[in-house]
Amino acid sequence: MNRASLVFAGLLALLIPLSLLAGRVWIDPFGGTATTPNAALILMELRLPRAVLAVVIGAGLGAAGAAMQGYLRNPLADPGLFGIAPTAALGAVASFWFASLLPPAIAAWSLPAFALIGAGLAMALLALIAGRSLSDGVAGSGGGIALFTLAGLMIASLAGALTALAITMSPNAFALSQIVLWLNGALTDRSWNEVWIAAPLVLSGIAALGLCARSLDALTLGEEAARSLGLDPRRLLWLLIAGIGLTVGASVAVAGIIGFVGLIVPHLVRPLTDRLPSSLIVPSALAGACLVLVADSAVRVLPLVTELRLGIALSLIGAPFFLWLLLRLRRGRL
Amino acid sequence: MMELCADSLAVERGGREVIAPLCAALEPGRVTAICGPNGAGKSSLVLALAGLLPAAQGAVRLGETDLRSLPARERARAIGYLPQGSDIAWDVSVESLVALGRHPHADASGPIGVQAVRQALAAAHMDSFAKRPVSQLSGGEKARALLARVLAGEPQWILADEPLAALDLAHQIRLVAHLRRQAEAGRGVVIVLHDLALAKNHADRVLVLKDGALIADGAAQHALAPDIIARGWDVEAEWVGRPGAEALIAKV
Repeated sequence: MNRASLVFAGLLALLIPLSLLAGRVWIDPFGGTATTPNAALILMELRLPRAVLAVVIGAGLGAAGAAMQGYLRNPLADPGLFGIAPTAALGAVASFWFASLLPPAIAAWSLPAFALIGAGLAMALLALIAGRSLSDGVAGSGGGIALFTLAGLMIASLAGALTALAITMSPNAFALSQIVLWLNGALTDRSWNEVWIAAPLVLSGIAALGLCARSLDALTLGEEAARSLGLDPRRLLWLLIAGIGLTVGASVAVAGIIGFVGLIVPHLVRPLTDRLPSSLIVPSALAGACLVLVADSAVRVLPLVTELRLGIALSLIGAPFFLWLLLRLRRGRL
Repeated sequence: MMELCADSLAVERGGREVIAPLCAALEPGRVTAICGPNGAGKSSLVLALAGLLPAAQGAVRLGETDLRSLPARERARAIGYLPQGSDIAWDVSVESLVALGRHPHADASGPIGVQAVRQALAAAHMDSFAKRPVSQLSGGEKARALLARVLAGEPQWILADEPLAALDLAHQIRLVAHLRRQAEAGRGVVIVLHDLALAKNHADRVLVLKDGALIADGAAQHALAPDIIARGWDVEAEWVGRPGAEALIAKV
């Protein structure tokens, strides 16, 4: 456990209770049940699952971002580059089409199931491309990582185009508004069900990313030097596809698309570490959990007529931050 | 210490033959330079000798073992490779950078690894820079830090692709001296050199490549004789000075 992990673990321990008290109904921790009717119910069935889900999703996205930046050796990389999130979203959008055909008992589960199938398809496609590009010796002659990432971007734009197609051909206006609303991720009205879906997948994803850590460190020296140190590019790529697919796929399945967390979080963590990818993964998971938890509590508290979508809120914070990052990079301090 | 041997080795990149079948048995304890004009295949040969490019024909052997049948981790313990340029993705400290050299041993935080890193820093005269971020190093310091990274792995063989390219005269001489000491300690040292005078004055043996073929292999005074320079580089040139401190004068 390094210094950054301690800092963000401490912060998270502070933020979780605060977030449980915050919302449309503020709960006074010293007031007892008399001051807030249904306080126990609000806490256990509404706020706690939502907070746990925010922590799980944020942790997955943060760890995925740290691993992705390490793999591409680029501080501007984002887990979205593998095209998992748009493909999972495509699966979810497809479920809006099929939901009316399914028996109601299954229909409730169809959205996360379809999204996970979408993410799984993207992972299978990436694995296929990885197998080919590595066996052709492309990785051996350098540029294998860039080539592979371009393939991921192509998957992302294909899934994006198909999603747009599904939206324009949507069966009815209600489905259309449901799709558009869902695409901007949120944690509103999530229950323990979503936690049970996402938590095991995200945690195994973070474990896979943890197994990449030392290989990512070796990549600091470039692809060929890393291979000379015994790095197995194939194993690294399989683990990354599994880790990023599980973390990002599961979070899209239960919360929709939540951008920018994977991009921003490693930058918050990096100054507190020795900057090697392996020392970023665990603290980035903790910091990602903090960020999503804070953002989700903020959208809950903001006095708006309808709750601001979490995905929109994070992009509103994320885009200016990214701009600031670019300006800082120009001055060579990243 | 084992020989590193190219045995009828041919290498292809992108479907094109970049090294025509060649044989060369490299001995440990000596500094071997690989020279040749641009595009001659020097980097490809070093990569193949390091086991990082597959042999299209023939094999690279370490002792009796074909590098292809050696597990990556064992190969990494035996052969250290220093690529061209000083590409370091993250602004890590010199100490963390050098500790990456312990990757094949997986003991960077253990007592043996820590000791090896300390020795490597000292051997490259970088011990006083251990805590400094690499972004604050000069070109020469960075090259020494990267060399220390290779030394930290305690490989039998050090294969370096143009380690002196970006360095000024003083740093070139110092880095050559570091490599020479490694050879004297019994390691095998193979370096790609563009500067023929450095090769002639400091290498025990020189391989000259042209268009992927080995056109000379032997002691520096023979392998870099004016007729071979004429054949390899299409330049009329002569050596002046005394042995060990010669300069190449090219005729325009």
